[in-house]
Amino acid sequence: MIEIKDLHKSYKMGSNSLHVLKGINFSVAEGELVSIMGSSGSGKSTLLNILGMLDEADSGTYTLDGLPIKNLNEKIAARYRNKFLGFIFQSFNLISYKNALDNVALPLYYQGIKHRERVDIAMSYLEKVGLADWATHLPNELSGGQKQRVAIARALASNPKVLLADEPTGALDTKTSYEVMELIQGINDEGRTILVVTHEHDISLMTKRIVNLKDGLIIDDSKVDQVRANSYV
Amino acid sequence: MFDLERWQEIFETIGKNKLRTFLTGLSVASGIFILIILLGIGEGMKNGISKEFERDAANMVSVWTNVTSKEYKGLNPGRAITLKNEDYTSTVNNYQDQLEYKSSVFMIWNGTVNFKKESGSYRVEGVWPDYQFLENADMTEGRFLNYRDNDNIEKVVILGNKVRNDLFKNGEDPIGQYVEISDINFKVVGVYSDPGGEREESRVFLPINTAQRVFNGGNDVRSLAFTLHKRDNFEQALAESEQFSAELETYLKEKHNVAPDDTRAITINNSLENTKRFYDLTNMIIIFFWGVGICTIIAGIVGVSNIMLIIVKERTREIGIRKALGAEPLSIIGMILHESIFVTTIAGFIGLITSLALLEFVGPLIETNYIANPSVNFNVALSTVFILVFAGAVAGFFPAWRAARIKPIIALRDE
Repeated sequence: MIEIKDLHKSYKMGSNSLHVLKGINFSVAEGELVSIMGSSGSGKSTLLNILGMLDEADSGTYTLDGLPIKNLNEKIAARYRNKFLGFIFQSFNLISYKNALDNVALPLYYQGIKHRERVDIAMSYLEKVGLADWATHLPNELSGGQKQRVAIARALASNPKVLLADEPTGALDTKTSYEVMELIQGINDEGRTILVVTHEHDISLMTKRIVNLKDGLIIDDSKVDQVRANSYV
Repeated sequence: MFDLERWQEIFETIGKNKLRTFLTGLSVASGIFILIILLGIGEGMKNGISKEFERDAANMVSVWTNVTSKEYKGLNPGRAITLKNEDYTSTVNNYQDQLEYKSSVFMIWNGTVNFKKESGSYRVEGVWPDYQFLENADMTEGRFLNYRDNDNIEKVVILGNKVRNDLFKNGEDPIGQYVEISDINFKVVGVYSDPGGEREESRVFLPINTAQRVFNGGNDVRSLAFTLHKRDNFEQALAESEQFSAELETYLKEKHNVAPDDTRAITINNSLENTKRFYDLTNMIIIFFWGVGICTIIAGIVGVSNIMLIIVKERTREIGIRKALGAEPLSIIGMILHESIFVTTIAGFIGLITSLALLEFVGPLIETNYIANPSVNFNVALSTVFILVFAGAVAGFFPAWRAARIKPIIALRDE
């Protein structure tokens, strides 16, 4: 599903250049649930941003489902993001003046789907995350866990090939974190490829494979026995 | 533009951000409102001033006399100069081709006019038929004097509207009635109104030949009045009328032995020169109001740009989210511009309609000498709205364009 070869990325900080990714080789098969671990500054967020086409690599190749991702202009990047990727952010990033249903329906708007159909699809995903009753609530009327569920529903709404989650539990307490992970595991069980960036060990243990990043290089990449989140609850 | 989905998205955004929308709209609406009101008042002042100038024909050259103020050819100052019928006839003969309307005037300052028990004291003027056009008199009843009245020395009279109202109090038809002027019966053949108002309407006109006989005027004339043929080109008309009045002045001063630099004995008033001054003045007023109006519009544009900048800044994070979800840069620019154009257009028309309504309903109630019927050219008003909308769009475009180019990852980091 994802093929990455010799990926480099550096940032200019004034006169200095900060080499963040120093040659990453990495691939993910369909249906995997992978966590990317690392301390802050290890380059894990940068890697995720490049995977998410929110940022561009300096060199190296990136292939998504057989499609080479390179020389993207803004327009094509936007279209690929919309079609292939679903994002889950640490700070949820819901649009504050739109209710839960409209937030979930937003990616569908950019796919050019008609309003009535958008609402139907969005509603079905809200049901899936268990928030059908909260459809008309604004984000500030929802708890953190509920917001993240709405965000997950939104990420799923466009039926993407890969879900990218950047510290999805970073802003949540342990119990809520596990609930969110349970939801993510459930989605993975249905065969969806998911990448989770985290620095919490217990969260990474709930995935099927842990990739450890340090100073811009992968130092460890191993499959683990998945801990089911509902075993904690 | 006609994408229904886009409209729904925009209405939703507007509906959820009422204060922001209201503030944008307010600055646009008030800008347009102030501009239209200013232009209306400017137009009103122009109308008011031109009304003051409408009393007589705009291109009239008139001549009147007084006592000499300078010694000339051994003649003492203080001599009374009186124009004669010959002055009039020779001028008419000399300038036959150039003159459009012409009249000499023989005048009694206070003539007593009686009808039955009513009486009043009015200016009585003996004039030629052309005088109707020189005075801008409109006939409301009957006719004006004609040449036959003059040839036959008819005892007929034209009443001013005020005279008619003073004497014929019961609303009787004055035409065909006889009024007494200095104990002599005159038959009323017409009533006129004058745009100059009551002062100009409290006069009566007789045929000049009749007036000179009845009031022992001999062949004395109080004043002369002429208009030249109209010209399409104002400058040409002005040059011709200036030349005519200069020649007339030289001719009359020579004939009556008046010093060429004696401005008191023979005065020539060229209303075209006044008209030029009037046009210059009103143009200045209009330019001034336009200047103020354009400044207002600029202030409005700056206001709209500011608000657009703040809106884009405030929505940076939202734009980042939208981009992450697959919004193309063009759709971001389109969304922001579409919303701003929609809001400024609606607000612009609200400002336009309220200001036009104010001018329409309050304008006629304004009763001062120098503002009359304030109004504004609808096309001008409409264009200003479009200019403001367009400027708002341009002002909104740059921040929107910049926002659309921000990398989503940076926009998302924006707290």
